[in-house]
Amino acid sequence: MDGKTVTAAKNGCEGCNQEAFDEIGNIIDLYKDKEGSLIQVLHRAQGIYGYLPLELQSYIADGLGLSLSEVSGVVTFYPFFKTKPQGKHTISICMGTACYVRGGKKLVETIRDLLGIEVGETTEDGMFTFVVERCIGACGLAPAVMVDDTVYRQVDEEMLKAIIEKYRKGEVSA
Amino acid sequence: MAEQIKTFKQLEDIKKAYLAAQEKYDYIVYVCGGAGCVAAKCDVIRKTLIDETQKAGIGDTVSVVQTGCMGTCAVGPVMLVTPGNIFYTELTADKVKKIVTGHLAGGKVVEEYTYYDAALDKHVPKMDDIDFFKKQVKIALRNCGAMAYNDIAAYIARDGYQAACKALTELSPQKVVDEVMASGLRGRGGAGFPTGIKWQAAHDSKGDRKYMVCNADEGDPGAFMDRAILDGDPHSVVEGMLLGGYAIGADTGYIYIRAEYPVAVERIGDAIDQARAHGLLGKDIFGSGFDYDLEIRIGAGVYVCGEETALMASIEGNRGEPRQKPPLPFQKGLFGCPTNINNVETLANIPAIVKNGGKWYAQYGTEKSKGTKVFALAGDVVMTGIVEVPIGTPMREIIFNICGGVPDGKKFKAVQSGGPSGGVITDLDLDVPTDYQSLQQLGAIVGSGILIVMNEDTCMVDSARYFMEFIREESCGKCNACRLGTKRMLEILERIVDGEGEEGDVELLEELCEVVAETSLCGLGQTAPNAVMSTIRYFRDEYDEHIRDGICRAGVCFTQRDKKAYPQRLRGRVL
Ligand SMILES: Cc1cc2nc3c(=O)[nH]c(=O)nc-3n(C[C@H](O)[C@H](O)[C@H](O)COP(=O)(O)O)c2cc1C
Ligand code: FES
Repeated sequence: MDGKTVTAAKNGCEGCNQEAFDEIGNIIDLYKDKEGSLIQVLHRAQGIYGYLPLELQSYIADGLGLSLSEVSGVVTFYPFFKTKPQGKHTISICMGTACYVRGGKKLVETIRDLLGIEVGETTEDGMFTFVVERCIGACGLAPAVMVDDTVYRQVDEEMLKAIIEKYRKGEVSA
Repeated sequence: MAEQIKTFKQLEDIKKAYLAAQEKYDYIVYVCGGAGCVAAKCDVIRKTLIDETQKAGIGDTVSVVQTGCMGTCAVGPVMLVTPGNIFYTELTADKVKKIVTGHLAGGKVVEEYTYYDAALDKHVPKMDDIDFFKKQVKIALRNCGAMAYNDIAAYIARDGYQAACKALTELSPQKVVDEVMASGLRGRGGAGFPTGIKWQAAHDSKGDRKYMVCNADEGDPGAFMDRAILDGDPHSVVEGMLLGGYAIGADTGYIYIRAEYPVAVERIGDAIDQARAHGLLGKDIFGSGFDYDLEIRIGAGVYVCGEETALMASIEGNRGEPRQKPPLPFQKGLFGCPTNINNVETLANIPAIVKNGGKWYAQYGTEKSKGTKVFALAGDVVMTGIVEVPIGTPMREIIFNICGGVPDGKKFKAVQSGGPSGGVITDLDLDVPTDYQSLQQLGAIVGSGILIVMNEDTCMVDSARYFMEFIREESCGKCNACRLGTKRMLEILERIVDGEGEEGDVELLEELCEVVAETSLCGLGQTAPNAVMSTIRYFRDEYDEHIRDGICRAGVCFTQRDKKAYPQRLRGRVL
């Protein structure tokens, strides 16, 4: 697909963030001749847009010459790809083996109590998304909690409260 | 443009220049920058060191180097001061200030901040005297924690790329395969298949194009050894991939890294760029006419993508579902071409094997399981972290003598070896050698090298339920045995831990285990029953207590099990 068709596809989306779509369009151009690059494009697109709404999936499908169902099939298979907007901060509680045996599950309850949301949900103010991970590879430090890209080690309930407070107050930027 | 490295002499010269530059310093301080220490804020330690040495006027005589994981994650942040090999642990900015004035400026070791051995109840300042380090043999981890991970010259100074140079300029591809065959190296990704045989098959298969793939998906919960290598010694993976590509005749290699390891992605990416800039990837490498390059592919959070056929599907940009084997990857792999897939740790061993010879590697280990294995220790053990030991080293030696045993005066109950596809080993069998055959006989596996130590507060039935829940969640749903079988098994286990178990449940579980193991499509389902079978084998009485007497001796079950902890992940699955 040449640059022109990409633009045409782009214009098809009303109410989308045009700038982000343009940027993603450039990435598609970069990858479209490489074999099997859909997943890499999705990674980059999510990095730019924050999540992968259907309009964006369809835009990527057009750009790479795939059907929307092919793209959707891939997006929904991999839990790393999000189809809903995410909170400003993502709190991941590790529930890998090491963290599980060392109290990860208490931390899940703590978050639920503190934020009033279930796993996979985002707080109403858009501040926090709460997820559980299978293992973040910090097992030597169990139980581990990750907020965005920062890992906190040997976390207990009190620490967790303090951590959330810190982010809420904006003492740590996104 | 960076210097194009074409000859052995150039490698030697870079090594000499690097070592000479190091000679000029009074002290070299290696600050661990492994994942554990990063989480423990080692960046503050490094910055304080640099600031304080400047202030003390010794900034020019002390070199501060950031390394990969030294293995002692439990006591991070850590650093090593040479000469003297003094090992400081659990550092804070204040401690660092005192070490700068006392040791680096004053020449006197600050003993109270050095490594503390709880068993001996004293500080052991010198790394060489510490049991944790003394009893290890590091081959895959040879550079991890011992050099700057981000500097190709540091890698070359530790004889890096010598193996590649030797292979490409002196050895035929067949000769490289022969060395790997002679080493007896077996795949460290879990299945333990002999690497030499796999390479021979890929070498012999015909195709216009062939591919080499590095499996850096490390999905087993509790595994973090591949990450230590990727973060701490990325060049050894690059060199391993180069040697593999040459041996089998590939022109492209893919490194498939899980998205949960952004640091590893970055560091491997940098290492590839550096290698390419020096002509160690690309066209006509070492003037041999061999062309080869590497690409990174990032996973997206699916465990089964660590299985080789699923992984290839994912690299191709598709849903990462496994398929029936054969055809094996060497017959029909990536994009339909002959492909060889190896694990990170397997590949990290390759440069050392090619450089020193297969025979050298085979001197370590047991009769049938050669070499060393990296283990990741977690759970109820004093030194959670990473160790590398000759294969066959008994579990007791690893857990108690090297890693300090169970903390807080608690009793050892079992060690879970091999993760979701492994099993438990109890007190009775701790002296059995940890080789592939012996562990299999015990119903456990070496697997990827995960050791989760469990104390008396762990319920074995709940741990079986935990692993089954993991597998059920991660089952891709393609084959019935795995999709439905794991669901049924999980239901029974949940019933038991909720206090609703019935007579006959254990027998039913055993029957299901057999069916699922025999009829599943891929390794995920085939090994799914292991954790259940193994706990039934060694802890049948605990199952019975749950079912008959409503007792959980660890005090874990019947109460707070959190049914909502793992809601169905948003993953378009029906079940
Ligand atoms: C469900 C499942 C998950 C796997 N995950 C991994 C993994 O994360 N890393 C890995 O190296 N091998 C993993 N494997 C093993 C690979 O299929 C394959 O055997 C391995 O990458 C081969 O490399 P090796 O011979 O060097 O061990 C997994 C296998 C199965 C069945
Ligand atoms: S189990 Fe939590 S980081 Fe691995």
